[in-house]
Amino acid sequence: MAEQAIEEILKREYAAGFVTDIEADRLPPGLDENVIREISARKQEPGFMLERRLESYRYWTTLQPPQWAHFPHPEVDFQAITYYSAPRRKQGPQSLEDVDPRLLETYEKLGIPLHERAALAGVAVDAVFDSVSVATTFKERLAAAGVIFCPMSEAIRQHGELVQRYLGSVVPHTDNFYAALNSAVFSDGSFVYIPKGVKCPMELSTYFRINEAKTGQFERTLIIADEGASVSYLEGCTAPMRDENQLHAAVVELVALQDASIRYATVQNWYPGDEQGRGGIYNFVTKRGECRGRNSHISWTQVETGSAITWKYPSCVLLGDDSVGEFYSIATTRHHQRADTGTKMIHLGRNTRSTIVSKGISADTSSQVYRGLVRMAPGATGAKNHTQCDSLLIGPVAASHTFPTIQVGEVTAQVEHEATTSRIAEDQLFYLRQRGLSAEQAVQMIVAGFCRQVVQKLPLEFAVEANRLLAVTLEGAVG
Amino acid sequence: MDALLSIKDLKVANGGRQVLDGFSLTVGAGQIHVLMGPNGSGKTTLASVLAGREGYEVNGGSVTFNGADLLVLLPEERARKGLFLGFQHPVEIPGLANATFLREAYNTLHEGEDELDAADFLAMARRLLQEVELSDAFLSRGLNQGFSGGEKKRNEMLQLLLFKPRLAILDEIDSGLDVDGLRLIAKLIVRRRNEGASFLIISHNPQLLRYVAPDAIHVLYGGRLVVSGGADIAETIAERGYEWLGNAHDQERQGAVALAGSVGNG
Repeated sequence: MAEQAIEEILKREYAAGFVTDIEADRLPPGLDENVIREISARKQEPGFMLERRLESYRYWTTLQPPQWAHFPHPEVDFQAITYYSAPRRKQGPQSLEDVDPRLLETYEKLGIPLHERAALAGVAVDAVFDSVSVATTFKERLAAAGVIFCPMSEAIRQHGELVQRYLGSVVPHTDNFYAALNSAVFSDGSFVYIPKGVKCPMELSTYFRINEAKTGQFERTLIIADEGASVSYLEGCTAPMRDENQLHAAVVELVALQDASIRYATVQNWYPGDEQGRGGIYNFVTKRGECRGRNSHISWTQVETGSAITWKYPSCVLLGDDSVGEFYSIATTRHHQRADTGTKMIHLGRNTRSTIVSKGISADTSSQVYRGLVRMAPGATGAKNHTQCDSLLIGPVAASHTFPTIQVGEVTAQVEHEATTSRIAEDQLFYLRQRGLSAEQAVQMIVAGFCRQVVQKLPLEFAVEANRLLAVTLEGAVG
Repeated sequence: MDALLSIKDLKVANGGRQVLDGFSLTVGAGQIHVLMGPNGSGKTTLASVLAGREGYEVNGGSVTFNGADLLVLLPEERARKGLFLGFQHPVEIPGLANATFLREAYNTLHEGEDELDAADFLAMARRLLQEVELSDAFLSRGLNQGFSGGEKKRNEMLQLLLFKPRLAILDEIDSGLDVDGLRLIAKLIVRRRNEGASFLIISHNPQLLRYVAPDAIHVLYGGRLVVSGGADIAETIAERGYEWLGNAHDQERQGAVALAGSVGNG
C-alpha cells in the first residue's frame, strides 16, 4: 500500500514545465567568432568585453569536453545550440510597467511576482529569461544604500571599472571547458556590489528561466562584498518540459574582502527529464568564491532537485587569515537524474575554517556522486575542516557514491570527515503511519528530517519553498 | 455494552511459523486488559497485526474494532479510528522535530475538529510534557533521536495523552523505566481509563499490574489464550514462571481441563 501512495506522488507533473508563447529575437544555432561578435554587439558592450570573449572562445576551441564524470552522457553538439535568445521588446531601458505582460505572467505563475507592491517583502529580484534580464525590482531602494544590483550586461556598460577588475578574477576563462565556453558566450546574470561597511538592506535574488527550445543558457553572476559589507543572495531556476536536452553552463564568482560576508543560496529546479530519462537540462556549472580579506565569510547553500545531469561544486578559496567557508547541500534525484555535486575548500590563510554538510537523496534509478576536495596548503596553520556526507536511498536500485579528496600539506591543520548511507526504514514508515499519517506524509517527514540541517540555512522565505519542492520531488518507491 | 475490540479465533503466521493459532479476546470500553506470556509466544505479533504492520499472514479469524472490520484497514486508518500502539522500541527519526511530528499527527488524528494554531498546540504540548516529566527541550529534538529507553517510553505516553485514542495497545511500556517512571505511567493509564479509554497492556511486570488494577489478565501460550483471570495469575507467574502453563496448555488441547475462561465483557 505504501508503494501505491508513493507511485501517486511520482506521477506528479513538473509544475514549472509550461512554455511562454513570446516572440524571440534569436541568433541561428551554431558557434563561431561572428556569433560572439553578434552577442557583444547586441549587448552594446565596450571593446574590452569583446576582446575577452574572443580570447576565451579561441582558448575554448583548443579544449576537449570533460570526460571525468562518473556517469556517461550523450555528447553535446555545440553547433546545434542557439547562444542568444531574447524576448523581443522595444528599444531602450524599461521600467517594470513596460515589461511584456506575458513575461510578468510567466514569473507570476512561477510564484515570483515582479510588481514591487506584490513582491515578497524584503526581497529584490532580477528576472533572467533565456539570454537577458527582463526586470530587476527595488533597484532604487538598493541604490539609496549604495548597493548595485543589476543585470550583468548593464554592469558591463555602466560599471566597467568594477567589472574589469573582478570579472574572471575568481574563475578565469582558462579554468575549465565550460568556464571557457561561458566566458565566450555568456549572456546575462546578476551583478552585485555592496560597498564598504554596508549591510545589504534586502535579500537579493535572481530567477533564471529557460524558455526557448534548443537554446543554451549561459548565466554569469558576479557578487562583490567590499570591506565589512554583507549580503544574502538567492537564485532559483526552472525550464519547460522538452524532449531534447538543453545546456545551462553558468559561472558564478563571489569576492569577499576583509570582514565581508556573502551568503549564496540556490534552489535549482531545472526540468529533470521524464520517467524514461528523455529531455531535461544539463546543468554544468562553475561556482567559486574567494575569501580575499581577513576574517571574511562565504557560505553556499544549495537545494538541487532538478536537471537531468548536474555537475556543480560551489567552492571557497580561503585566502584571508581567519576566513570561513561553508557548503550546505541537499541534492535529490529520481527517475534517471544524475547529480555529481560537492565542493572544494582550499585553505591558504591561517586559522581558516570550513564546514561541509552534504545530504544526498536518490530515488528510483537515479544516481548521485558527492565529489569534494579539502586542501590544507602549507602555511595554513591552525586551519580546520569538518565534512559530513549523508546519503539516503529510496528504492532498491538508487545509487550513491562518495569521492572525497583530502590533501593536507600543513601539520597543524585538522580535517574531519564523516559519511553515512541509509535507507528509509520500514519501521520508521510504520511508526508514523501508526500515528495516522499517510505513507506519503510519512516519507515526506522522514526526508524533511534528513534535510533539516541544510534547510535551516536557507533564508526563511525560501525554506518554505524548499520544503515544498522536496515534498514534491523526493519520494520514490520504498522497497 | 458492546465490545470495543473483538478478536475471534485469530490465526497469524510469520515466516512460515503459525504464531497465533486461534486467539480470541474481547475488550470493552473503559477496560484494562493485560496480556502476558513467555518470550516468543506471539504478544508483539498480536500488537503488530492489530496495528496493521505488513509482513504477517492472517490465515483465519476476524477482528472488529468499534464495529468495523479492522483487518482490511490501512495502518493510518486504524490509527484515525482511535487505535494506538505504544511501541516496545520506538524508532528514531533523525532531524524530524518532535514538535513537528506531534502537531502533524495531532492534526491528522483530530481531522474535522478545529485545527489548533501553533501557539495553542505548543502550550498544550508543554503541559503534557510536564505530565510525563520531560523537559521542553524534547519538543525541538529529533523524534526519539538520542532519547534514553525511559525517555522514549515517556514520549510514547505523551502521545497517548495528546492523541486520546479509544484503545491503546502498550507493548512493554514499562521496560526501561525505573520505579518512579513506572508509577507515573500507571497513574496516567488509570486516568485515561477513567476518561473512558481502553487498554491492552503487554507486560511481565507485576508491579505495573498492581498499580493499574486491570479488569482481566490473560496468558498467551502456544498461540492461544490459556488462562484468563484476575491479579492472582500475575502473582503466580511471578513466582512460578510460565512453565506450569505448558501442562495446562496440553491438557486443554486434549479437552481434559478447560482452564481458559472468557472474562471481560462486563
